[in-house]
Amino acid sequence: MEGSLNSMALLANYILVPGLAYGSQLALGALGVTMIYAVLNFSNFSHGEIMSFGAMITILVTYWFQGLGISVYPLPTALIALPVGIGGAILLCLLLDKLVFSFYRQQRSNSVTYLIVSIGVMFVIGGITRFIIGPDDRNFNDGERFILKARAFKEMTGLSEGVAIKSSQAITVASAFIVVAAVFWFLSRTRTGKSMRAYSNNPDLALLSGIDPNRVVIIAWVITAGLAAVSGTLYGLDKSYKPLVFLHLVLPIFAAAIVGGVGSPLGAIVGGFVIAFSELFITFAYKKMAAYLLGDGVLGDGLLQLLSTDYKFAVSFIILVIVLLIKPTGIFSGKSI
Amino acid sequence: MKKIFAITVLSAFIANSAFADDVKIGILLGFTGPIESLTPDMASGAELAIKEASDSGAFMSGSKILAVRGDSTCVDAAAATATAERLITSDGVSAIMGADCSGVTTAVLQNVATAKGVVMISPSATSPALSTIEDNGLFFRTSPSDARQGQVLAQILKEKNIKSAAMSYTNNDYGKGLADSIQKNFEAIGGKITISASHEDGKGDYGAEVAALAQAGGDVLIVAGYLDQGGKGVIQASIDAGAFDTFVLPDGMIGDSLPAAIGKDLNGSFGTLPGTDSPGAGKFASLATTAGFKAGPYAPQSYDAAALMIMAMQAAGTSDSTKFKDKVMTVANAPGEKIYPGELSKALKIIASGGEVDYVGATDIELIGPGESAGSFQEIVIKDQKITPVRYR
Repeated sequence: MEGSLNSMALLANYILVPGLAYGSQLALGALGVTMIYAVLNFSNFSHGEIMSFGAMITILVTYWFQGLGISVYPLPTALIALPVGIGGAILLCLLLDKLVFSFYRQQRSNSVTYLIVSIGVMFVIGGITRFIIGPDDRNFNDGERFILKARAFKEMTGLSEGVAIKSSQAITVASAFIVVAAVFWFLSRTRTGKSMRAYSNNPDLALLSGIDPNRVVIIAWVITAGLAAVSGTLYGLDKSYKPLVFLHLVLPIFAAAIVGGVGSPLGAIVGGFVIAFSELFITFAYKKMAAYLLGDGVLGDGLLQLLSTDYKFAVSFIILVIVLLIKPTGIFSGKSI
Repeated sequence: MKKIFAITVLSAFIANSAFADDVKIGILLGFTGPIESLTPDMASGAELAIKEASDSGAFMSGSKILAVRGDSTCVDAAAATATAERLITSDGVSAIMGADCSGVTTAVLQNVATAKGVVMISPSATSPALSTIEDNGLFFRTSPSDARQGQVLAQILKEKNIKSAAMSYTNNDYGKGLADSIQKNFEAIGGKITISASHEDGKGDYGAEVAALAQAGGDVLIVAGYLDQGGKGVIQASIDAGAFDTFVLPDGMIGDSLPAAIGKDLNGSFGTLPGTDSPGAGKFASLATTAGFKAGPYAPQSYDAAALMIMAMQAAGTSDSTKFKDKVMTVANAPGEKIYPGELSKALKIIASGGEVDYVGATDIELIGPGESAGSFQEIVIKDQKITPVRYR
């Protein structure tokens, strides 16, 4: 009995809790990618850098608040700085659309051109971000670090395995839930949301029905920028903020969006968790768990690890390839890429 | 044109005849290339020892010693080999203080020094591969091999009664070499490394890496990485998940920024970094300041390398490499009168009168095995979020 409780604690500590937090961050990112794909019909590779930019504004405002002595302890100051970060990201996105993307929209460029353009935009934003805040690691989480410490859990339950829950993980999951709920409510209940879905389904028909395409595009960018700033800040709070990391984060985010079905908001959420949990499950070493469940050394001395953690990112690609081969439209039948 | 040639030949003759009894030592360092900011001080360190011995008048009944600089480039083996060739054949140096980086040192040693029978003492090549290289007894180094730190760490683990450890290393030559050495030495004295996994620097999240390390288990986690990079991330993630409480920190992990970033959870972790409490280090630093240069990284080792050469020549009574190579270990190690920086003239007199010296020098040097520095390491512990020295070994 205690063996199975211990193994459950192990799973909770190393897979369930971090997986929920990481999955939420990916889901928010993938939702932004999917939004742009649904409305503007292209893969926005600059999404990771928009996240980074939004997080950067949040961090700078956090520092300013800290200087003024404003704080919401035990919550991190970044939470009250976040609205400014969202505003910054929205401004950036509207500016980008005005300066870059609207030109290609008028040209009616195909999606490959858009994709290449977005890669160029990605490098430009990344450069601006590093120019402003520098390439270094930044830890801006000044709130209470833990909700539950591993040692406290052990003392509480008498188990030999601890479960730690960081407050940043709880904040991540909670804010992701709120944001996602708000986006879904907006898309399904409000008039503007419905007009966006109509435009995404058939732009020409939507135009004929009196929907203003420019307004839809602006709203899509606003929502995407908001999602990006929130997910970037949450990722930075939970791990640590480092501009170059977002370049790598784009890959699992796209995997999540495609696995779920590009263009499908629900698919983006599910895809985010699928990618996060499979990365963790496949690179986890099950040695201790087997020892708790079956007895020490029954399965030999190995680590019982399917794939070394070096190949963590490879997992998302393997899933991506499988999905594209078997069901190219993704789990929730989004648009086919 | 002919005239210029004739004058050059003539002047070369004059130069040669004028310094017939003088000894030349080549200083082969990367004056251009990736460590060009370090090499001027290193060369000044070696030249300080050479000048000191030369001016004393006690060297080989009053002979002078001249230093000839050559550029090793640190990375270009062909250029370094050509420079070494020139130093030996055209400048006629009796020994080479150098080279600096492990790669070019190996190339020069194999292609030039061994073939010509010239002694090389490197101040800064630390690759473990140089310990076992075929050198005909001509190669020495005044810096410890990276393998040595593994030995020291394994010893500390044993003394702290730690039986098993998990290990994470940064995925490059330094991390891999150090990790291998720690594992070999720790297992040789009965310890167990439960897992030795690499981590990539510059990632945001080390949770998955730590999960694997935690499942393998162990009393402590050895982190052979960099303090401002992945090493810090691995420690932070381990503390967050409650995976490990105590961390073992090799030299790349030691700096004030680590306890500042991690906080009080790091207290009780321990590690090693190169260092000596010998009074020689302070003496060298003040000599360097007087001479107008900085006792920067590897400058003390350069001073010691040159000093060892000079004393070995004195002990052998000749600047012939094949003869004085056997004396290098003798003058470096006990028994004998202890010699600190600035006391070369005393050392030369003792040797001339048939006495023995035990050169301590700027780095508390002790040559072991194949002629490399045993290496002095400082054991430290993190106490009250401060790096606190425990002792030297």
